[in-house]
Amino acid sequence: MPDQFLFATEVFINGLMSGVLYALVALGFVLIYKASGIFNYAQGVMALFAAMTLVGIMDGQVPFSHIINSVFGTNVHHFGWHVPAMLAILLTAGVMVLFAWLVQRLVMRHLVGQEPIILFMATIGLAYFLEGVSDLMWGSEIKKLDIGLPQGGSFWIEDMTAGLGSDNFYGFFIDNLDMVATVVAALLVTGLVLFSQYTKQGRAMRAVADDHQAALSVGISLNFIWVLVWSVAGFVALVAGIMWGTKSGVQFSLSLIALKALPVLMLGGFTSIPGAIVGGLIIGVGEKMFEFAIGPLVGGATENWFAYVLALLFLVFRPQGLFGEKIIERV
Amino acid sequence: MQDGYTTADGRKIGGVVMEMKNITLRFGGVVAIENISFDIREGEIRAIIGPNGAGKSSMLNVISGFYIPSEGEVWYRGEKRPQMRPYKVAQQGIARTFQNIALFEGMSVLDNVMTGRLGHMKSGLFAQALWKGKAEAEEVVNREVAEKVIDFLEIQHIRKTPVGRLPYGLKKRVELARALAAEPKLLLLDEPMAGMNVEEKEDMSRFILDVNDEFGTTITLIEHDMGVVMDLSDRVVVMDYGKKIGDGTPDEVRNNQQVIDAYLGVSND
Repeated sequence: MPDQFLFATEVFINGLMSGVLYALVALGFVLIYKASGIFNYAQGVMALFAAMTLVGIMDGQVPFSHIINSVFGTNVHHFGWHVPAMLAILLTAGVMVLFAWLVQRLVMRHLVGQEPIILFMATIGLAYFLEGVSDLMWGSEIKKLDIGLPQGGSFWIEDMTAGLGSDNFYGFFIDNLDMVATVVAALLVTGLVLFSQYTKQGRAMRAVADDHQAALSVGISLNFIWVLVWSVAGFVALVAGIMWGTKSGVQFSLSLIALKALPVLMLGGFTSIPGAIVGGLIIGVGEKMFEFAIGPLVGGATENWFAYVLALLFLVFRPQGLFGEKIIERV
Repeated sequence: MQDGYTTADGRKIGGVVMEMKNITLRFGGVVAIENISFDIREGEIRAIIGPNGAGKSSMLNVISGFYIPSEGEVWYRGEKRPQMRPYKVAQQGIARTFQNIALFEGMSVLDNVMTGRLGHMKSGLFAQALWKGKAEAEEVVNREVAEKVIDFLEIQHIRKTPVGRLPYGLKKRVELARALAAEPKLLLLDEPMAGMNVEEKEDMSRFILDVNDEFGTTITLIEHDMGVVMDLSDRVVVMDYGKKIGDGTPDEVRNNQQVIDAYLGVSND
């Protein structure tokens, strides 16, 4: 096999892996959009907030320590304990549920029946608010997140594939973390699909998304379902936050991964869970392969814009995305 | 009539299931319902009729908890009902249909009917997701009830069709099926025959009678088509401009002068 082909294969596999990470973020958007028709701009910030909370809890940081110190003249920063990763993840999930409940209680409940654009604006407000709160709570410095996930290239795969084709092939370089992310994403999606297709709550969720009045008439509590949906989205944000936080550190730019999720959603469709996955994979593979094949001809850096151009083309020719519900307006 | 009565066709009607006591409903300055009282008895078909804008739908919304009355009390199965959200009312065994059809358009007919069974699903989240143990047995029972209702209303041939694609008359029937699947103690029908042609109306009338007969379901329905109502119902409440102007058997109501005036109009000379 020619080296060029092997190299392309490696790029392809790595594209798939980074696609999974995009898909993780996109999933959170799809969940809320499906169940309440809201495009949740705050999804990226939720991932940031979840990751910061996780780090904060693990390190035993005192939340709001800057405020506390300046008001009371104290100098507390740490409780002085370390929380094991699994427990910290559970606690953070609890915080995300609390956050979901607050969002429902304080924001969404008062906007029931409003135009989608107003709900969208509310989530923009929510995004900035949450960003501020995260900084106040945990401080704004860049933090390292290490919950014991393997990182760096997999030597095993590299050794196994070295010398493939020709003797000087060095073997595939595949990041361990990316592989973990793939497994986690697969588990997450399976869980979500089982949940929404087979459980009572999942059925109720789909029902609420479809028609509020009808849902009430069969005994579904709208408030409960919305809290549930935001909690699930919060959980997905936590998973995305862990993966991205481990990869590139917990910092403000984490919230910008939401922007990468947009083209994924346009490709896959805003209403489809499989769509988010396939969309993520296409974008991931697409941008890596494009950079590999065309990049050198145009001076590189195509990864920055490839996804958006692809999304733009989709908007023109297939606005509902690959898997989205067909947009039908009955007159 | 304290302990029920026997209808002309020999059905035994039981005690009071629901009693509305001096219900008044205001929207700002508009009085939609003014001081109305009536009761609904077990096993009967109770109709609320009246010209457009009489407040019939508002009354149904009060019963189903979608509106909270400004004054008055709702008594359900011998107890005064506290202020309650609509989904709680539904969980108490009151199912309803809507005048403008509220179905889950994206779901199949079967899925729609199955949502009517949500209140009967008690097993745990994980058991349901994995389809194990109690959840499986429960799902089988719920499916059986749903299929029975589907058979009964003769919509087997469209079980898997997304509701959004169905014509109006069938949608109405699916909505009835969903309400029935909940095995309600009280079934509320908001204009079940609105917008139907004669043939569809006859079908729907037959289904309503059959449901009452077969399952013994207590039914309260709203209609403005006098003819249909008179044939179907055991007792009728007549409303006009938010007030009750008549209450009794179809024959009594038919001969009530106020009712005749409301429907035919009064000359002002």
